[in-house]
Amino acid sequence: MTGFRTLFYKEILRFWKVATQTISAPVLTAMLYLLIFGHVLEDHVQVYPDVRYTSFLVPGLVMMSVLQNAFANSSSSLIQSKITGNLVFVLLPPLSHWEIYGAYVLAAALRGLAVGAGVFLITAWFTHPTFVAPWWIAVFALLGAAILGTMGLIAGIWAEKFDQLAAFQNFLIMPATFLSGVFYSIHSLPPFWQTVSRFNPFFYMIDGFRYGFFGQSDVDPLRSFAIVAIFFAVLASLAVGLLKSGYKLRH
Amino acid sequence: MAALEIVNVEKRYKSLQALGGVSLRIEQGEFFGLLGPNGAGKTTLISIVAGLSRADAGSVAIYGYDVVRDYRQARKHLGVVPQELVFDPFFTVRETLRMQSGYFGLTRNDAWIDEVMENLGLADKADANMRALSGGMKRRVLVAQALVHRPPVIVLDEPTAGVDVELRQTLWKFIARLNREGHTIVLTTHYLEEAQALCNRVAMLKAGKVVALDTTAALIKRISGSQLVINLARGTLPDSLKPLVSHPQELVSGNRYTLRVNEYTEVEPILAALREAGAVIDDMQLQQADLEDVFLQIMEGGK
Repeated sequence: MTGFRTLFYKEILRFWKVATQTISAPVLTAMLYLLIFGHVLEDHVQVYPDVRYTSFLVPGLVMMSVLQNAFANSSSSLIQSKITGNLVFVLLPPLSHWEIYGAYVLAAALRGLAVGAGVFLITAWFTHPTFVAPWWIAVFALLGAAILGTMGLIAGIWAEKFDQLAAFQNFLIMPATFLSGVFYSIHSLPPFWQTVSRFNPFFYMIDGFRYGFFGQSDVDPLRSFAIVAIFFAVLASLAVGLLKSGYKLRH
Repeated sequence: MAALEIVNVEKRYKSLQALGGVSLRIEQGEFFGLLGPNGAGKTTLISIVAGLSRADAGSVAIYGYDVVRDYRQARKHLGVVPQELVFDPFFTVRETLRMQSGYFGLTRNDAWIDEVMENLGLADKADANMRALSGGMKRRVLVAQALVHRPPVIVLDEPTAGVDVELRQTLWKFIARLNREGHTIVLTTHYLEEAQALCNRVAMLKAGKVVALDTTAALIKRISGSQLVINLARGTLPDSLKPLVSHPQELVSGNRYTLRVNEYTEVEPILAALREAGAVIDDMQLQQADLEDVFLQIMEGGK
């Protein structure tokens, strides 16, 4: 356990020592989204009855911040360590693949949740949030953060250069989060794109998370939970499997 | 039980056969040298021992623990100083060493961390950020990181490459002390005089194979007892003496020759042969063979 705790602590320290860049900056970005989209669309879009567009936007932005920052943390930590060579300090000790997985993903989830909490606290000041089902909020936030932390770990193991990691981030993670219904309800989409959205696991994370605030969603939260939980289990076994096999880490 | 047992290890990188069936048994308490030119497979072998790389065939055990099957126990018994100068720029020296202890499951390790820092001349840099250290200081931290868990087997992969004399002396003093206290040391180095001074046994690797394995003393004895180095002011080496030349390039390059001499009585006939050929000696030395000669002879042989 000491090995796991130390690596977890190191991963937290790594982002905490540069918190301006890893926490404050993404909080500011999310605030800008809220101010601009809220200002432009407030009077034109009504997704749920009795829910103002700005209020609708907040949970989506919070979740998007959680997801993107969880991904950014584990992926950038791993690729930096790989490229500078100091990953050797983690590979030489008797750390098991479970310990390495747990430490990287938990720290990534923690950073995602810290940014998400920051975004929420600041945006809550402009809107008046409701909490219809707080447990669902917690469950989807945790699962979403863990999933993206895991995806970041996989991307970090796979990528050999920074631009490969950037490609992963720009061509997979960004479109998947933006097209998951952060800014809209998928019911407003044409039928074809509604169907496409239903194949995007990120959609269920955000939809379920939003249900916790408004008690309204595009899909039944239990169903979203089942899909997200299975998605997590698959990714987690893939990541642990990669660590166990030494794929691209132990040549 | 052997400190390190390497059995028939093979490793291939695409078309390159990095290791072609290496076997070595290193006993507890040895100071063992692993020598060979660049690309001979030394670092590949160390990576496999450390679990940074996986062998294609064969097995490695540290204190009887297989490095793949019982990797946790094996790694607890092993400390490795990597060849590359790597560091984590986020942390200070003390943070780095505390974290490395933690990875090995150790808390409250500060007394030993302080002792290691003291012995490696790092004490006054304890709270300096890794980024702020000179190359030599970073190298010391790498050594300290390998020692935080008091591993019974310590592997140093060219620890003195590009390092100043002071650090070399500090380092060898400390490593020699650890060896006296029972730690097994495995060293790769390009400085053969270092290996000769420190190692009780030496393996030489060439193109992924062990080409020599013996005690340092026996290896040196294996080649001619001594060497006669002569500089000629005039004339050339007569044909009868050419087979005695130990470095073939000397036959092409000029007037300095190193001749193998097994007994002192062989010196007189050599001088006589030179005199008969009309050569005039400018300078002459009789040298004991050293590990470098053995190394060169073994590496040049079979070319």
